[in-house]
Amino acid sequence: MDFLRPVTWEDALAAKAARPGALPLQGGTDVMVEINFDAVRPEALLDLTRVRELAEWDEADGRLRVGAGVPYARLIAELGDRLPGLAQAARTVGSPQIRNRGTVGGNLGAASPAGDGHPPLLAAGAVIEVESEARGVRMIPADGFFRGVKRNALEPDELIRAFWIVPAPGPQYFAKIGTRNAMVIAVCSFAVALHPDERRVGTGVGSAAPTPRRAPAAEEFAAAELDWDGRGPLSPAAARRFGELVAGAAAPIDDVRGTAAYRGHALAVLARRALTWAWNDHRAEGKEAV
Amino acid sequence: MATPAKTPGPVRIPGGVAAPGRGGIGESPLRPDGTLKVAGEFAYASDLWMDGMLWGATLRSPHPRALIRSIDIGPALALPGVLAVLTHEDVPGRKMFGIDHTEDQPVLAIDQVRHQGEPVALVAADHPETARRAMSLIAVDYAVLDPITDPRAVIADPEGLKVQDRGGITRYQPVRVGDVDAAKAAAEVVVSGEYEVGIQDQAFLGPESGLAVPSDDGGIDLYVSTQWLHNDLKQIAPCLGLSEDQVHLTLAGVGGAFGGREDLSMQIHAGMLALRTGRPVKMSYNRYESFFGHVHRHPAWMRYEYGATGDGRLVYADVEIILDGGAYTSSTMNVVGNAASLGVGPYEIPNIRIDAYGVYTNNPPCGAMRGFGAVQACFAYESMMDRLAAACGLGRIEVRRRNAVSQGSRLATGQVIESPAPLAEMLARLEAMPMPAEPDRSDLRNLPGGVSQSTRGEGVVRGVGYGVGLKNICFSEGFDDLSTARVRLEVIGGEASVLVHTAAAEVGQGLVTVQAQVARTELGVQKVTIAPADDRVGDAGSSSASRQSYMTGGAVKRACEAVRAELLARAGRRFGCPAGELGVADGKIVRLAAGAVLGTVEDVLGDGAIEETREFHHRPTARMDPVTGQGRSHTQLALCVHRAVVDVDVELGLVKVVELAAVQDVGKILNRLSLEGQIHGGSAQGLGLAVMEEIVVSGGLVRNPSFTDYLIPTILDMPPMRLDILENPDPEAPYGLRGAGEPPTLSSTPAIVAAIRDATGRPLTRVPVRPEHITLPEAP
Repeated sequence: MDFLRPVTWEDALAAKAARPGALPLQGGTDVMVEINFDAVRPEALLDLTRVRELAEWDEADGRLRVGAGVPYARLIAELGDRLPGLAQAARTVGSPQIRNRGTVGGNLGAASPAGDGHPPLLAAGAVIEVESEARGVRMIPADGFFRGVKRNALEPDELIRAFWIVPAPGPQYFAKIGTRNAMVIAVCSFAVALHPDERRVGTGVGSAAPTPRRAPAAEEFAAAELDWDGRGPLSPAAARRFGELVAGAAAPIDDVRGTAAYRGHALAVLARRALTWAWNDHRAEGKEAV
Repeated sequence: MATPAKTPGPVRIPGGVAAPGRGGIGESPLRPDGTLKVAGEFAYASDLWMDGMLWGATLRSPHPRALIRSIDIGPALALPGVLAVLTHEDVPGRKMFGIDHTEDQPVLAIDQVRHQGEPVALVAADHPETARRAMSLIAVDYAVLDPITDPRAVIADPEGLKVQDRGGITRYQPVRVGDVDAAKAAAEVVVSGEYEVGIQDQAFLGPESGLAVPSDDGGIDLYVSTQWLHNDLKQIAPCLGLSEDQVHLTLAGVGGAFGGREDLSMQIHAGMLALRTGRPVKMSYNRYESFFGHVHRHPAWMRYEYGATGDGRLVYADVEIILDGGAYTSSTMNVVGNAASLGVGPYEIPNIRIDAYGVYTNNPPCGAMRGFGAVQACFAYESMMDRLAAACGLGRIEVRRRNAVSQGSRLATGQVIESPAPLAEMLARLEAMPMPAEPDRSDLRNLPGGVSQSTRGEGVVRGVGYGVGLKNICFSEGFDDLSTARVRLEVIGGEASVLVHTAAAEVGQGLVTVQAQVARTELGVQKVTIAPADDRVGDAGSSSASRQSYMTGGAVKRACEAVRAELLARAGRRFGCPAGELGVADGKIVRLAAGAVLGTVEDVLGDGAIEETREFHHRPTARMDPVTGQGRSHTQLALCVHRAVVDVDVELGLVKVVELAAVQDVGKILNRLSLEGQIHGGSAQGLGLAVMEEIVVSGGLVRNPSFTDYLIPTILDMPPMRLDILENPDPEAPYGLRGAGEPPTLSSTPAIVAAIRDATGRPLTRVPVRPEHITLPEAP
């Protein structure tokens, strides 16, 4: 197995073009486990951890461009105030050691249905920037990025450069179920993001379908149901209906981590709670503003 | 993969450790391995290294039950870098082994496999990756058969569903006391329940590893991570076709054991590869392989019916316990004995009928794990005590107090508890402990689900539960249990120094520290070194059954007493007074009556060392009667009681254990720091069984052989503990001590589950409790 270690983004793209079978390595928290268990045996590893620009983020035209190599620990520390939903999800990833190494870019590359970073990206409407040497940059909306179990929209010669995301225009929450209180892969997860400026609610469902996915019917229901002008309370019945619609958007399975029936039940509860927290925050902000 | 070469020889082997601190019995000197382990510097068996060594690997069966039509090793042997590929035909000696004198396990599968992961072939290569590639080139032609996986079906048809030729049932042990049928007619209150315990794994962090080095005499030196060197030796030598004196074992650094290292793993295999190649061979399982490399805790199916008077006094118990041992006997015989003899726990019941079975299936092999048969029964009988309390309208503590054993009570086996067993007092102390303070719920880590943020307080309900457990200490049922210690006292560099040498395995429990404390106390000398554990001294027995402080502590004490007697005899001659009037303290020879210091230990010893070796045996025990289960089968019994306080998110079924409180009677505290660590650790393992730890099996196949999906508690799952440790001495035991490692593992599980029931009202008859058991209506 060859081990390729480009130092610049150009060299990385060239390496990927020359060796489309090379498996990109970002933090290594997923890839190295697979290799150690002999679950994957790529012809080459393309180590991206020395490509400096991938570990940087900046802000332009009201949007954040976060490099694929920014680890979870830095997301929490440096961007937690602007990307609260993603930061909450990052906080649930593994242990402190894993959060120091693991990255959203790696999470997107693996494209696991259980990836913790995915639901908040979906809810916030993030866009993934990918690039190839031959065809240049391609911008892929998060909800078009996940194509199947551990499959994403990347072409064999493309690499993930960054994700683009708007600093939270309203409250955001991420909630997940695990059968222990830390260091656990999601049994199911849910993210909600309010976009009050657009009178829109974004959602993301994790670990309850072949891919992370949005819950469009729930989004439409909430957008119509919420009292955007008066900031009036969310009725328990509406919160419950929202939860049911989120659960209805999922297609969970029975596996060793949980049953399909439990996943559906738990998603409905998480979604109801998360929307309630978000809307209550929004209402409280409104009161402070007055 | 290649670690840089170090100095020649197997360098990373624990040498003699100078025991730090100055503490004797009752003090808490720090353990010598503690800082090294925390700093990542301790040399575990997986760190063993020798220049020129080969790497061994094990090809395992992917099927739980299959016939082997053929094995083609040719392509694997042809791979450059491969030095040997071995099958059962290459076993140099006896082809079968087994831990408890039942040699029914093939060294390598012979014509059939009986469980997933059974070793089929071995490879030695110059690189671990080459060994793995070679394994994929070994062609095994299997004829796959339907696995036998339902232990209850085996009991119904033990001659038809045979995994072993001897039949489907490993051991059937009944217990009969009084007249249960007559008592059933008289009982005023009857409660019943069916309980199930999933397969728990020891989940030690150091995978099975070791190094086999060919020796000059044609034998093998083995550096292994085990719990019992001499029992390994007895199994290894015949299979390698060697005499026991051609095989030398040295304990390598052990990364946890909990029973999972009682059975052999890679020992014979590495020996075979080393003999074949004439080169040192290292084997080290990865995490996935480790789940197939050792036995697990037996899963159990249990039916209980209790009758009582209206005021909650038990009149009968009618019990069936089924334990699935998997394909081979391992420790199942003794696990069944424990489940039967301790099947109703520390309660006085005049009429008892227990039927305990161990069965063979094609499920994962099960054997020893901390608590050893008593854990499974404890979950059932404690759940029953809560049912009885509810049926009689009594408090859960009160119903236990009314039925509690005490000194002089008879157990189900008829055995009289001869030493203190103050269960009623322990319950009273537990009840009197203050409740934990309300947690700060603005910190997500204090809520069920933790930072996963599944709740910010919604749906959270507090529950409280209690558990009581009774565990036998040391080996039972007629086994001649012994340990051996060699103690040498001499002057080194002008200072009196003690060298303690035993074969007892330090597996992380703190044994080397206790051995030094015993030596300091008995010899009045501060400087103590513990020699590496190996087989150049007599048998120490296993680091199991909570027995090493008792047994090896006892042996070290005996040997020290013999050394002291000789020292004082020499002092008597030197100072001209009867040895009986002398003592030794703080390195000085003193005349006891006068308290006068006559001289130093160094003065008396001069250039002459004193060395003594002694064996220690505990009081003999008896076999259980095969028909009635009666007999004095245990030498010592130990009690622990737990209170669990939990917060349950009743809508999502997630649990946060807020606090565990425990009262345990240990007879004598040898080292409070180590002891508290044992109680914390045992309680944590019980917590794991209560709410998360299970090897999930379907059709004989393990579905979660990784730490991604086999979950063990983290620091955010294990709560702070409140401990009350009692010291009611057992006059038969060294210093009056009572083994302490296992009892907390029993009682924490039922206490936590009872607390979850208290919060949710759900029956919860199966452990581990999963979220859907709490939230979905059809759950157990």
